[in-house]
Amino acid sequence: MATDAGGSAVIDKDGLDALVAVLAGRGRTVIGPIVRDGAIVLAELGSGADLPYGWGVELEAGTYRLRAREDGAAFAHSAGPQSWKTFLHPPRVREWSADRSADGDLVVTEETGTPPAYAFLGVRPCDLRAIAIQDRVLTGGRHADQGYRGRRERAFLVAVECTDPGATCFCVSMGTGPAAGPGFDLALTEVLDAGGHRFLVRAGSEEGESVLADLPRSPADPATREAAHERVAGAADRMGRSMPPVDLRTLMRETLTAGRWDDVAARCLTCGNCTMVCPTCFCTSTEDVTDLTGDHAERWRHWESCFDLDFSHLPGGSVRESPRSRYRQWATHKLGTWFDQFGSSGCVGCGRCIVWCPVGIDITEEAHALHQERESRAARPPGPESPA
Amino acid sequence: MNAEPRRRPRLAVWKFASCDGCQLTLLDCEDELLGLAEQVEIAHFLEASSASEPGPYDLSLVEGSVTTAQDVERIHHIRAVSRRLVTIGACATAGGVQALRNYADVAEFQAAVYARPDYVATLATSTPISAHVPVDFELRGCPIDRRQLLEVITAHLAGRRPAVPAHSVCFECKQRGTVCVTVAHGTPCLGPVTHAGCGAICPAYGRGCYGCFGPGDSTNFPAFVPLLRRDGMDTLDVVRVLRTFNTAAPEFDAASRKELDR
Repeated sequence: MATDAGGSAVIDKDGLDALVAVLAGRGRTVIGPIVRDGAIVLAELGSGADLPYGWGVELEAGTYRLRAREDGAAFAHSAGPQSWKTFLHPPRVREWSADRSADGDLVVTEETGTPPAYAFLGVRPCDLRAIAIQDRVLTGGRHADQGYRGRRERAFLVAVECTDPGATCFCVSMGTGPAAGPGFDLALTEVLDAGGHRFLVRAGSEEGESVLADLPRSPADPATREAAHERVAGAADRMGRSMPPVDLRTLMRETLTAGRWDDVAARCLTCGNCTMVCPTCFCTSTEDVTDLTGDHAERWRHWESCFDLDFSHLPGGSVRESPRSRYRQWATHKLGTWFDQFGSSGCVGCGRCIVWCPVGIDITEEAHALHQERESRAARPPGPESPA
Repeated sequence: MNAEPRRRPRLAVWKFASCDGCQLTLLDCEDELLGLAEQVEIAHFLEASSASEPGPYDLSLVEGSVTTAQDVERIHHIRAVSRRLVTIGACATAGGVQALRNYADVAEFQAAVYARPDYVATLATSTPISAHVPVDFELRGCPIDRRQLLEVITAHLAGRRPAVPAHSVCFECKQRGTVCVTVAHGTPCLGPVTHAGCGAICPAYGRGCYGCFGPGDSTNFPAFVPLLRRDGMDTLDVVRVLRTFNTAAPEFDAASRKELDR
């Protein structure tokens, strides 16, 4: 369990309301889970009352359903249709605009302005890791994305540990949850028992401590600590999915010619949903637009996907023409070559790609199948035509 | 640098078998129409003005499908007098809803509908413009999207490729933050096999996409159709949803025929 050297306390529902109010009072736009259109989505919270009290979710591959809960829990749901990248790495961003001046010169105007100061309430441990992964991708190299950096540096993260994982969750396999890892300003664990509906709060930063000090709270008593610990430990035992217990990076490298890729390609719609709901998928493309006069131009950056034929279009055509090559690119990057590129897995086990795939393609099932295919190949005695 | 007086590119808008809705989309560009008229000479656009200037034209926007022998002659003439030819809408690009005749006996229709079928001279099929002449760009939709039409025209004026992606409608739903109606509600939706461009309007109002932009550039109907069935569609429903404005688009046509052969 993460340490709580930064201080801890217990708050109740009023304390949670106060948390939203305190964060808003500090000039932050508070984003958190709300019920909308039959799902728990991320949106601006007007108050703590907007939180999805009494709502849970039932997840399966390709299926998401809201379910009312009798216990009134606020955070007994797992990953929804969006992730925090919607806010930190938005779908469409204008990068610059240019105007032709009267003397024919080109005047380029960079996008400036103060980035929004977000507070994210309800960052799941898997998503906390996903944010850290996007930090590495978008700001950890030689060419940092300054827009992302601005939004990220100003963001205040309230993690909420998982006590009720979904059937598509596999954070334990990926080592990202259900307990919160580093990176939060505050971490909450929701406890509902005879002692009442309350939240164990731990501070992970100075600002977190200062926010916590502004909340109506009571000391973190041993019973609440113990209950919080048990609920998170219990969640770890109730993961709906798991990855094969092997080195996934090696598995991807050694199964590039597997027959399983044809199998999954036959099911894949190449619609791109998995990449857009993935909290770490970061690919973008740029598009230059002009107005009717041709005197004003803008460059926009928007989310792109390895499932889009146009994304790998080079002179001569698309490099990844077949659905097989596109799904394989996505999966092997996510689970394998991400290590080579960024030093970690690109998958955090949130299960969104499984839920929001219309045909329910399950990356854990594919990994298990690839593992089995490699095992059975290894068990077969090498024939005369086997590659060395 | 002295700017030489610039000849404005000449624009023509043509109508074939269609409802005029796509041409109206151009008139719907109310805020941009005056600006457009400054940049191009609108030489032929009968929906807007009966004054028609002869060709050649720099850009021809063609609405509607080819359904008569005269249409065939006319589209060849238009192609000959146009530097760029862009089809606008499902009729011009895929044959339109009137391509339902391709599955039926037109003589029978004529006899049932018209008092004097012998007055009607029509082809047995409704075909897209590209079946007759080379087309430089096809803009999808029934009707087309106003922003995309302006994008095609401004891209033409700037000599650049229009930013009109051919991927699925799902991209647009996810980018605008719409909750997937299939995954979360069990609503049949053609989004995964449909060409983007509308901005994913229907799912934003809780409805499934009905494919009015036609097939995207990467479809997998054998994997997709079972989803429609799971969410309550029977064979007739599947065939009906594929046989609307883009019924003759090759991918929709093949998928609907396959359903009927089951």
